[in-house]
Amino acid sequence: MEAFDFRPLLRPRRIAVAGVSLTNDRHPANVIYNKIRLRYPVPVDAVNPRGGRYLRDPVYPSFEEVPEPPDLAVIAVRAEAVPECIAQCIRRGVGGAVIVSGGFAESGRGDLQERIADMAREARFPFIGPNCLGVYAPGRFDTFFLPGERLVRPDPGGVGFVSQSGGVLVDQMVKFSAQGLGLSLAVSIGNKALVREIDLLRYFAADPETRVIAFYVEGFGRNEGRAFVEEARAAGKPVVVLKAGKTDAGRRAVGSHTASLAGDHRVFSDALAQFGVAEAHDEFELTCFCESLSHYPRAIEGRVGVVTVSGGHGALATDVLSGLGLEVPPLSEALQAEIREGLSANVRPIASLANPVDLTGSSTDEDFLAALAALGKSPEVDCILLLLLPYSPGISADLGARLSESHRQSGKPLVAYVPHVEKYRILIEGFELNRIPVASSVDGAAFMVEAMRRCRPC
Amino acid sequence: MPAVLKDDPANLWERARARGAVLEPEAMRILAAAGVPVVRHGFARRLEEAEEAARRLGYPVVAKVVSPAILHKSDVGGVETAVADPAGLAAAWARLSRLEGFTGALIAERLSGLELIVGAKIDWQFGPVILLGLGGTAVEIYRDVVTRLAPLHERDVASMVCCLRGARLLTGFRGCPAVNLPKLTAVLLAFSRLVVENAERIDSIDLNPVFCTPERCVVADARILLAPAP
Repeated sequence: MEAFDFRPLLRPRRIAVAGVSLTNDRHPANVIYNKIRLRYPVPVDAVNPRGGRYLRDPVYPSFEEVPEPPDLAVIAVRAEAVPECIAQCIRRGVGGAVIVSGGFAESGRGDLQERIADMAREARFPFIGPNCLGVYAPGRFDTFFLPGERLVRPDPGGVGFVSQSGGVLVDQMVKFSAQGLGLSLAVSIGNKALVREIDLLRYFAADPETRVIAFYVEGFGRNEGRAFVEEARAAGKPVVVLKAGKTDAGRRAVGSHTASLAGDHRVFSDALAQFGVAEAHDEFELTCFCESLSHYPRAIEGRVGVVTVSGGHGALATDVLSGLGLEVPPLSEALQAEIREGLSANVRPIASLANPVDLTGSSTDEDFLAALAALGKSPEVDCILLLLLPYSPGISADLGARLSESHRQSGKPLVAYVPHVEKYRILIEGFELNRIPVASSVDGAAFMVEAMRRCRPC
Repeated sequence: MPAVLKDDPANLWERARARGAVLEPEAMRILAAAGVPVVRHGFARRLEEAEEAARRLGYPVVAKVVSPAILHKSDVGGVETAVADPAGLAAAWARLSRLEGFTGALIAERLSGLELIVGAKIDWQFGPVILLGLGGTAVEIYRDVVTRLAPLHERDVASMVCCLRGARLLTGFRGCPAVNLPKLTAVLLAFSRLVVENAERIDSIDLNPVFCTPERCVVADARILLAPAP
């Protein structure tokens, strides 16, 4: 099947919203119309068969009567009225639609859903939904029928996110925001009657703003999973998937051991690993993986050099990393000697360098720079985890920026843990603004490392 | 019927489809024709044929019921794993022949080695899938298995072995020698080809156990479940 042209739908220069009520400001169509009109730079028109005026602006009786044809139609009318809207859009030459309305396959009206999908397929008219929130494009527009002030709105950034569930998408936006992680685009695809995960995977693979492509998936259609992983491998960007339904509910009585052992999730999970798609097991991993992979798109084997000021944190991090199957290899005598040589006089005799590299509470900025410089160019580790507890007086507020800059030359992934409290903000931003990911917990930092290994095909 | 035609796998599949089940001797022939090594065996419809097969194979032998009505043979006492002599064989025959749908017995050489399961299923979302795991009758207790989408490539097999929790049982552990990984790889690749070529016909397949030693990997038991008629 020839790919849809998603540009008008996902980057519209003009939007029209169908279903805008003349009297009910809380109608989903009104919420969408108002937020676009008031808060986004894209012009928007209202459509309602009754016509009239809403907030002093004209309401057009159909998409065909909107003076300038919209790129995107947002449809929030009764399910029975949706086919007529689609027909109008096709006749008017609209570029695509988001169908917010419910009342289709999810409530027993698969026939109605198939009807609109058939119409759209025939006319090469892409639509998202039905029964979805649609599209969130930071700074450009969104079709969520949720008032803007109730949403946490991530900044523009490198994550393209596709979710079968609107609720999961909105909640994940909160988590991305808390991690300081921006979105290129988020799409809730609802019943995915026409546009499905794989279509948006292709779109994001070609989208220069998207650095990592993330999915929340509940299930695929027949053989669709195979097509998806093959496409993901070819995307040339990291792909992360959070799959719901890990327990095969009411595992059916089956004849063969294989059918019983190779349950839906086992096959799903193994297929992702085989094709180098990073499977996130929960929302926390999803967030950590997106953060890490949007900075470091290449897979690692997972030999981690841990640098710390606290022996306890070094040991905790080693436990988490080992539990994930990552290695914290003992460093060679030669490498330890090289690190030691660069340390300041009072740290040199007390630092423990076998890995974790414990620079102790007496360490200063220069000790970190020396340790990272040596690890950065050593083939003994392929990733560095920095546990930076900025309690000791030798650590300056500039350390984040200084380390990021000096480490950049090495090309080796560096992940930092810094406690996320307001007074360390300058340190954290010193890393983040220089494209070094910072986790707010030791576990989170370990997952950021794991992300790079989990997208290695196995 | 000339032997050549009789052994054509296409005919075997057709006959099985007509009956609604693949009998184990047919499964063994389908596998052998695809280049998957199977245990030396004979199919006996009468006790005299069983005695002849056992003599040819050499005691002790394994005797297993062949019945389109029985899916899990060991659950119904359909497997005699240690038949030591003709008297034992006669006694085993007497027990097996009372089982539901008895059409004969498969008399097979007794093997030893590490017991693996090699399986296949046609997954709704992903199509043909190959499974490798620690096998035997406790397979559903340990559930130490890994799957890959077919067709398999050599590197897939290496990663499947690595991904098993019990990988060291295959790669060598204390007194246990490593199994023959090239042979295991050959088995999995040949099996994967068979599954891909017959994906429309299959629901799922269990080869369990597959006995693996430093010398060889041989299928000792095979169960092919047919896809429901379209």
